[in-house]
Amino acid sequence: MRLHEYQSKQIFAQNGIPIPRGRVASTAATAKEIAEELGGRVVIKAQVLVGGRGKAGGIRLARTPAEAEELATQILGMQIKGLPVRRVLVDEAAAITSELYLAVTNDRSARRPVMVASAEGGVEIEQVAHDTPEKIVRVLVDPLLGLREYQAREIASRIGVPRDHWKTFVQIARGLYQAYAACDATLAEINPLVITDDQRLIALDGKMVLDDNALFRHQDLAELRDIDEEAPEEVEARKYGLSYVAMDGDIGCMVNGAGLAMATMDIIKFSGGKPANFLDIGGGAGSDKVAAALRIILSDPGVHAILFNIFGGITRCDEVARGILAALETVKSPVPMVVRLVGTNEAEGRRLLAGAKMVTAATLGEAARKAVELAAHRAA
Amino acid sequence: MSILVNKNTNVVVQGITGHEGLFHTEQMLVYGTRIVAGVRPGKGGEWVISGKVPIFDTMSGAVEATGADCSIIFVPARAAPDAILEAADAGIALVVCITEGIPVQDMMRVGKYLDEKKVRLIGPNCPGLLTPGECKVGIIPGHVARPGNVGVVSRSGTLTYEVIHALTQRGIGQSTCVGMGGDPVHGLGFVETLELFEEDPHTDKIVLIGEIGGNDEERAAEFIADRLTKPVVAFIAGQTAPPGKRMGHAGAIVEGGTGTAAEKIKALEAAGARVARHPEEIADLLAGL
Repeated sequence: MRLHEYQSKQIFAQNGIPIPRGRVASTAATAKEIAEELGGRVVIKAQVLVGGRGKAGGIRLARTPAEAEELATQILGMQIKGLPVRRVLVDEAAAITSELYLAVTNDRSARRPVMVASAEGGVEIEQVAHDTPEKIVRVLVDPLLGLREYQAREIASRIGVPRDHWKTFVQIARGLYQAYAACDATLAEINPLVITDDQRLIALDGKMVLDDNALFRHQDLAELRDIDEEAPEEVEARKYGLSYVAMDGDIGCMVNGAGLAMATMDIIKFSGGKPANFLDIGGGAGSDKVAAALRIILSDPGVHAILFNIFGGITRCDEVARGILAALETVKSPVPMVVRLVGTNEAEGRRLLAGAKMVTAATLGEAARKAVELAAHRAA
Repeated sequence: MSILVNKNTNVVVQGITGHEGLFHTEQMLVYGTRIVAGVRPGKGGEWVISGKVPIFDTMSGAVEATGADCSIIFVPARAAPDAILEAADAGIALVVCITEGIPVQDMMRVGKYLDEKKVRLIGPNCPGLLTPGECKVGIIPGHVARPGNVGVVSRSGTLTYEVIHALTQRGIGQSTCVGMGGDPVHGLGFVETLELFEEDPHTDKIVLIGEIGGNDEERAAEFIADRLTKPVVAFIAGQTAPPGKRMGHAGAIVEGGTGTAAEKIKALEAAGARVARHPEEIADLLAGL
């Protein structure tokens, strides 16, 4: 789950990281009021959960409250990468001497948190890592000890932070690690961390991504989820414990297991078709779950066939078959369906489905070919 | 023959009284696995599965009484890190954690502790281990496998069953099947498993099933090029996955342009592995080796 900039920066501030004075507004009039309160120049920043806001014109400098109102009106009327801007952050503008990058994330292969820093802040860090990897400093952190002061100092020294600022930098780095650990984040990023003309260090922009699996112990953070920013089908899927990702093809997929779901999409493509979605019904799929999955798949009008690929392990085939039958009672659809059931209790599962009007297949390849044919036939 | 588990492995089931715990304990017993104990705090002294398996309150109690050397975990995500640590402290050398949904930071802390204790962890969020004809410590449906000389290692669950099933139907048996799990931070990985298969005299060929996200496959490719003498057939799931989207598994995500199927396939092919374009091609490629 990704937090907005203003939410991330509030968490940073709670952990002792200096952030610009500012507030979030959902109307241009409020943006103007905030600009008046702050006095001087302000930055109006679109709060949407996608990158590239600056390039899209979603971050603008205003010299007066009147200009702040005008720019806020423009930005609040924008869409950035398909997402309407519902809120803007109005921050005091900073006079910047230099821009740094500082983040903490999970190093999967080292199985440790890693601090990532660079003197090249304010640009996309992936680009820096690609073009000039020597400009990126990485320091692994012991998850049982946390980020130590000496490690933060070493980062400061290696990315060339002037010595006068080391003390503040150490405080910011440790605050960032603390925010990451306390929120069960998978990423806490300050980009840029700026040194201002009047010699202050400020987190000008912030981003946090939280571990969905840890939200059970962070009720307060879970409530920050902005479902306006997510595809409605994905929100609906999550309610039922389903994992769904929309794609642009015409063959809907319902599969148990993420790896098998990906492989099913791959074989559809290999068989000359295009998958309409990724959908993992997970373990123990009861009829309500299958029905929800079916509704979600069918909510995409571009779906011309559905492929059920079930391999029974922790999910038993008879259970899924009952789920499919019960779901078909509630979700009527003319879209042709191909089913393949193999694994635990497969005989019982097949027996149950024998009565329903579904095309069956013995192998994944056969199922994919049949689904591709049926989809093409229906589309024609 | 096999790696990690065989007919002499003594298994304790943590979370044995839950729905899944009971179901799979029964399946493992039917398969012939030596299930010597179960653990469920508060139910010590009771027996389950028609009086076949004694329950203990604690892991240390179970290990002391039965000499168990391997544990399998079915407890819910919020209790699972504790269950792993309890197994490690009780002297268990091999822990298989089936549980899905454990927070990553918990796994980093647990992993650090296990490294110090020299405990081997499979998973979490994995289907576990199967040595066909001998022992199943996990949830892989036993009937899809048969004994043979192909080692299977995978980040996936049902996709692994799919592949094992296809191999078996072609008359190709397996030495051991290792489901290492789909979480970003996990225990045993491809490289460690390949090392074990390399040393196992009864494994002649290896099937590696990877997916998008992370760089486990790239590191496996390095190992294949540098040290592995046995032939490998690989498959990478997620060739059609869009970037930035998590495909079900917590670890299956293309981030910052890295972790793509294309990169992994390239690395494995460069290392000399044969890469199947879809799962059913794996058996064809193996038969041709």
